[in-house]
Amino acid sequence: MSQLLAPNPKPTQAASAAAANTARPSAAFDVERIRRDFPILGLSVAGKPLVYLDNAASSQMPQAVIDRLVRYQTREHANIHRAVHYLSETATAAYEAARETLQRFINAAEAREVIFTSGTTDSINLVAQSWGRQNIKAGDEIILSVLEHHSNIVPWQMLAQEKGATIRVVPMNDAGELQLDAYQALFNERTRLVSVGHVSNALGSINPVKEMIDFAHARGAPVLVDGAQAAPHLAVDVQALGCDFYAFSGHKLCGPTGIGILYGRAALLEAMPPYKGGGDMIHTVTFEKTTYAPIPNKFEAGTPPIAAAIGLAAAVDYLSSIGMAAIAAHEHALLQDASEQLAALAGVRILGTARHKAAVLSFALQGIHPHDVGTLLNSEGVAVRTGHHCAQPLMARLGVAATSRASFAFYNTHADVDALVAGIRAVQKVFA
Amino acid sequence: MSADPKALYQEVILDHNRKPRNYGELEHPSHHAEGLNPLCGDHIHVALELKDDTVERIAFHGESCAICKASASMMTAAVKGKRAQDARTLIHEFVDMATGRVAAQDSPHIGRLAVFSNISTLPMRVKCAILPWHTLQAAFNAEPSTSTEADADPMHTPMGDA
Repeated sequence: MSQLLAPNPKPTQAASAAAANTARPSAAFDVERIRRDFPILGLSVAGKPLVYLDNAASSQMPQAVIDRLVRYQTREHANIHRAVHYLSETATAAYEAARETLQRFINAAEAREVIFTSGTTDSINLVAQSWGRQNIKAGDEIILSVLEHHSNIVPWQMLAQEKGATIRVVPMNDAGELQLDAYQALFNERTRLVSVGHVSNALGSINPVKEMIDFAHARGAPVLVDGAQAAPHLAVDVQALGCDFYAFSGHKLCGPTGIGILYGRAALLEAMPPYKGGGDMIHTVTFEKTTYAPIPNKFEAGTPPIAAAIGLAAAVDYLSSIGMAAIAAHEHALLQDASEQLAALAGVRILGTARHKAAVLSFALQGIHPHDVGTLLNSEGVAVRTGHHCAQPLMARLGVAATSRASFAFYNTHADVDALVAGIRAVQKVFA
Repeated sequence: MSADPKALYQEVILDHNRKPRNYGELEHPSHHAEGLNPLCGDHIHVALELKDDTVERIAFHGESCAICKASASMMTAAVKGKRAQDARTLIHEFVDMATGRVAAQDSPHIGRLAVFSNISTLPMRVKCAILPWHTLQAAFNAEPSTSTEADADPMHTPMGDA
């Protein structure tokens, strides 16, 4: 845990101040001021003030990011890495500065270890198709966990099918905690890769990735960490974790959709073949032979989502100005409040009670299907996600077809928690 | 979308959810199909026995939300004893009403099923209501399984001849 909550390596002044206040986060953390940064939080839904608790699916965008996107499109846009004119140089500089912002955000050793992708799914597919097709052979084994999102299952299944490799699955206990002893028992001489989520999107469990990485490395297996649910909520330090790959999406982090990153250790990325072919990823091209550009460009074929990358960097700057430690502390207080209030309600079962959890709360109401819960909560202005959360193997392990999920962000309040609880009572009343 | 979703959860729907009619399995059905909504996990089975082209017996079971279960319950009650052709007509009318293509008052056979007319204002829930009907159609057509995401997804393609 400690490495997850470590302050950012190069924190801003505000972040340092916030990190110093972790003992009493609410004192320094002015959530009402933060909420004013998010225009969408002022909306009404079904005639009620919006209570947005679907942040694990996608978070909202602060005005600072919206403004940055507008500034880019109105004063800086052109294609990058090509022309010598003013706008192209401005856009190129902003795009590469965004890469450096992301590098600092996850404490990567070098900016070229940050590849811009379209999101976590794209990042994992990149590793599966590039590193995987180069390194996975018939009979090899890939270790995943039962908690994985489909985006960290299906790319590996496609690879395993193509190569004749096998997927091995780390089990969890009933609380939703991965079983480290069972994980260790999965290793053998055929183990080639571990790919595991940092935080479960469906249950919120914070997985012991540091221990898992250390164990895998001692046996020569590289580790990809799916950080889609972790990067928005915890300070991520890829060097402290020691992971080989780390992936996350911009839109869960107050940034735009269509952008995310893949972090990869430079030595690994350099040895990997390109994932997509096209412009911007080449060194020289003839019809006989093409030589590829060095990383990161080798993995960024075609014109990238320039504005989205710059917007993501603005989102990271915004989060850093609040401080990831302060964000984690506030969200943890919300999770605790919500967990206690839901546990006290009759007919409510909380799914996922891991000791270390991010602010995700999956629950089931006795005799009421999650979709009915979701529709009726919406009529109270409360937005939650209902369904299988793209984690059907996990749902099968839990013995349910679907759950309702409230997921909190740093701009949520204890009043939002109260609205959720009141909403659940209203749903139960309809079905009473 | 502006309609209050709570209006959908009327007593008749809640009652059919609590006490679904014709719920269970059918021994030796002449027609059977399962329906799946992969997006939400709703999964139901519809089995029936056609005798002299009439729905002699019908039953459903599965795992689903209240809207789907009530729709299935009311569907089985509505088509039981009906001639197959009349049941197929009702499938069309229900799907057209639930997807908002035809108003309930312009659906001559819809009767009490009009309680589902509001569903068209909740696009994410339309599939819940029509899954049983889609599954019944698959059973009539001797298709073993159907899915709301199949090519014949009635949300995207108007149903052909049922």
